[in-house]
Amino acid sequence: MTSKEYLTVKDIFGPLMLVEQVEEVTYGELAEVKLSDGQTRRGRVLEIAGDRALVQVFEGTLGIGRDNVRVKFLGKGLEIGVSPDILGRVFDGAGRTIDEGPRIIPEKRLNVNGNPINPYARDYPREFIQTGISSIDGLNTLVRGQKLPIFSCSGLPHARLASQIARQAKVPGSEEAFAVVFAAMGITFEEANYFITDFNRTGALERSVIFINLAEDPPIERLAVPKMALTTAEYLAYELDMHVLVILTDMTNYSEALREVSAARKEVPGRRGYPGYLYTDLATIYERAGRIKGKKGSITQIPILTMPEDDKTHPVPDLTGYITEGQIILSRTLHLQGVYPPVDILPCLSRLKDKGIGKDRTREDHADISNQLYAAYARGKAAKELALILGEGSLTPLDRLFMDFSERLDKEFIQQGEEEDRGIEETLNLGWKLLGRLPRRELKRIRPEYLEKYHKETKE
Amino acid sequence: MVARGLAGTNIYDIVRVGRQRLLGEVVEIRTDNYSIQVYEETEGIGPGQPVYPTGEPLSVELGPGLIGSIFDGIQRPLDVINSQLGPYIARGAEYPPLSRTKLWHFLPRLKAGDKVVGGDILGVVKESALVEHKVMVPPGVEGTIKTIVEREATIENTIAEVETTVGIAGIKMLQKWPVRRPRGVTRKVQPKEPLVTGQRVIDTLFPMVKGGTSCVPGPFGSGKTVVQHQLAKWSNADIVLFVGCGERGNEMADVLLSFPELKDPRTGRPLMERTVLVANTSNMPVAAREASIFTGITIAEYYRDMGYSVALMADSTSRWAEAMREISGRLEEMPGEEGFPTYLGSRLASFYERAGAVICLGTELQEGNLSVIGSVSPPGGDLSEPVTQATLRVAKVFWSLDDRLASQRHFPAINWLTSYSLYQNIVDGFAREKIAPGWGENRKETLRILQKEAELEELVRLIGIEALSPEDKLLMEVAKIIREDFLHQNAYHEVDTYTSLENQYYMLNAILRFYSEAQEALQKGIDLSKIIEIPAKDDISRLRFVPEGDREAFRQVEQGIQQQIGALREGSKVDL
Ligand SMILES: Nc1ncnc2c1ncn2[C@@H]1O[C@H](COP(=O)(O)OP(=O)(O)O)[C@@H](O)[C@H]1O
Ligand SMILES: [Mg+2]
Repeated sequence: MTSKEYLTVKDIFGPLMLVEQVEEVTYGELAEVKLSDGQTRRGRVLEIAGDRALVQVFEGTLGIGRDNVRVKFLGKGLEIGVSPDILGRVFDGAGRTIDEGPRIIPEKRLNVNGNPINPYARDYPREFIQTGISSIDGLNTLVRGQKLPIFSCSGLPHARLASQIARQAKVPGSEEAFAVVFAAMGITFEEANYFITDFNRTGALERSVIFINLAEDPPIERLAVPKMALTTAEYLAYELDMHVLVILTDMTNYSEALREVSAARKEVPGRRGYPGYLYTDLATIYERAGRIKGKKGSITQIPILTMPEDDKTHPVPDLTGYITEGQIILSRTLHLQGVYPPVDILPCLSRLKDKGIGKDRTREDHADISNQLYAAYARGKAAKELALILGEGSLTPLDRLFMDFSERLDKEFIQQGEEEDRGIEETLNLGWKLLGRLPRRELKRIRPEYLEKYHKETKE
Repeated sequence: MVARGLAGTNIYDIVRVGRQRLLGEVVEIRTDNYSIQVYEETEGIGPGQPVYPTGEPLSVELGPGLIGSIFDGIQRPLDVINSQLGPYIARGAEYPPLSRTKLWHFLPRLKAGDKVVGGDILGVVKESALVEHKVMVPPGVEGTIKTIVEREATIENTIAEVETTVGIAGIKMLQKWPVRRPRGVTRKVQPKEPLVTGQRVIDTLFPMVKGGTSCVPGPFGSGKTVVQHQLAKWSNADIVLFVGCGERGNEMADVLLSFPELKDPRTGRPLMERTVLVANTSNMPVAAREASIFTGITIAEYYRDMGYSVALMADSTSRWAEAMREISGRLEEMPGEEGFPTYLGSRLASFYERAGAVICLGTELQEGNLSVIGSVSPPGGDLSEPVTQATLRVAKVFWSLDDRLASQRHFPAINWLTSYSLYQNIVDGFAREKIAPGWGENRKETLRILQKEAELEELVRLIGIEALSPEDKLLMEVAKIIREDFLHQNAYHEVDTYTSLENQYYMLNAILRFYSEAQEALQKGIDLSKIIEIPAKDDISRLRFVPEGDREAFRQVEQGIQQQIGALREGSKVDL
């Protein structure tokens, strides 16, 4: 380790600095950037070529010139200090506490990068988490160790939905310790405050660890936030045996910070200016969710992102969907119709639900009814579209039944109260009630024996 | 990363970098500047640290012990790494891919005095209950066997000696092969047998052949991975190579946990006993991801050389292409379309070209084949992007996954209007002989009905369903039956997950029988609403759950259709 200070900053551009004549500097190393006015900032080595190091300054380069700055390389990567006392505490994007609590004495310091989980070491997630929300539990079931993002649009109640999940999530019949790690990246004060207040109100705060980087905070600092949050989560899950729910919001802001650095490095831009490695970068975050064989704890991730222009083919939602194990998509149309939570179920997916539901987990008929609700809802929506063009009179009586079904599903199944915590039985029975209005022979996605057992045809 | 003073090192040679001895590959040489692509995360590496040349290009180890293993993109054994280093892949891990201590029972097939050339089978080893590993004379070795003995041997023991013109060659079960070079064959031949997958929309409408190439493009969530897993599980290949390239860790865990439990429908043995996994997931280093496809296909070729039918699934080739893009970007090569290197198309083509039905090396001229199925993950689901386009130029089967079908939970979401297979004739010929003479006609009729349905749907959107003729309405009913009761197939249903070619034929036959009977009845003036109400129509939807071998069930349904529609006709006569 060197304690040498360099005065040899050559170029400053965007959030980056090029330092010359450095010795024994390594990739990823942390740097301390001291300004002559006494300010200290932190940086990270992105690149070294010969004796030149490219340093990314987390707090940004505003106010830095070639002759008011000294750089010291710290001989280690970015680390975070952890101990059981971090529960209940609030940190800023640099990992410093910003609440009134006492100083934390770390038990150990962990490199935030983390090594990739060996796929061989993974245990397949299959424990049903009941969120109490029908559109999730019934149709897009969440399991322990899953990464299931919420794709939202600006102005939609994703924060309320995520809080509701954090509040209500439980594994029926289990009393194990669980914790929430919340990481805010570039969101507004109000939104961050909403979460904290809600956690406080429900007592969740004392088993939470919170990292806050707000819209007005340095954007580059955002890049370290999910890594710190996940390192903390790994400590809680794999060393303190806790089941950890990690909420990361907003991944679009994170990606924009990455784009800013990439642009400053003059890299060949990919779609919409995002770097070609955005997929890989996001994957190193999302893939830190999961279960590991032989470990008691687990990490479940709910990343939140806003889709620019409500477009799910935008690179951030698109690449996220390619990495995560499904997605919950919120729709402006449903929101305007007053449906809460405005979950647009057709494009939603939980990839891990198939092994998390069924006999002994939720209920034997769960998979079939979920498939059937989907198929019938899609048919109803198609009928509705037709009716919009040609008038309801153009529909066959059967199509009208399906259209009616899809409307009811929005209003009775998807729609629920923000404090309403539905049990899985209740959710499934609600589904059967709605299917009751459809003739049995149309329900081809359900095994005959379950139809026999659960389906009661009802006429208006 | 650039190193100097590596004289004697060739391009694509492997080197070890830094104090942690990270694995890297020389990807560019400019005078004394050697650009090295490191296969692992480079934190902590810096100027002044040493680079150790190995003098070898990136190679894989070939020999008994591959089956049932899981390797990363550069063939490091992930199970060993897990047991030695814990759940995270620490950097610089160095373990041999194949066990050096395990003993195999080598049974000679040839004897001293026999003349051999590269590719000849010296003897066999029982590698798993399903796989007889054929120990071959390495390519290039030619001569007369001097000694060969039945024995327990490790892969490094000499099991035979061959007297060649340049001296005696001691032959071990362990061979090495550079991954970027295709293994040789005597010659390629035309594929002639279907690769039966048990997936109805595939086998019946857009079939694949042994030795063929196919691609599965689709947006996220459209079902690429499930298609790949279904093929890995149920296709009638002897050996399956699954390459998880830049995708999810849990998908590999799924394979690892389920394959030892699932039974091969033909042999009743666990599927893992014929499977090799290469897993370089999205969070693992990108350079090793680039290598993973080559590692996988080289192992696949090795089993093909033994005369096996091998199927390689690559999920996803887009992540592979992106790895090339990242590496090319770092080398500051001139980018082509969307930043991909200009050689994207030729790389993809040369990968798919390694598939094929072949006459293997060796005097026996036995046949082997290697099928390649690659998924493609187009950004935003837009098929006009470079990787999809380059793939479509070389792959002969196109299973086009459709977002809209997936959102209705119509799986497999293979769009029947846009997908194609250039192997239909080969499979028709095969099925005509082995399954039923009417196979090809049924397929054509089915596709005709589905295409006509699409046209009629357009019409309905303009003028409403009531404006259609009874004949057209009937066609739409039949198309719906085809879609819901035949094409739709639930991968998670214990019976529905796999349908043999025979049952596929009988199912479709029952549906088409209903159609022709109904058409006749319509002509006789019977009400469409009565025809589509017959109970036998509902029985069709249960045919997917008929277990293999139960012919009777199909016969009964067809009989029911005939009788019930017949009864309507009788009834209408009475009415008159
Ligand atoms: N044949 C099928 N049967 C039942 N469900 C399927 C089938 N194919 C896909 N699915 C559903 O779709 C989800 C996404 O499929 P997947 O293959 O992972 O998509 P992709 O790889 O294209 O992102 C699966 O988790 C599963 O729920
Ligand atoms: Mg996939």
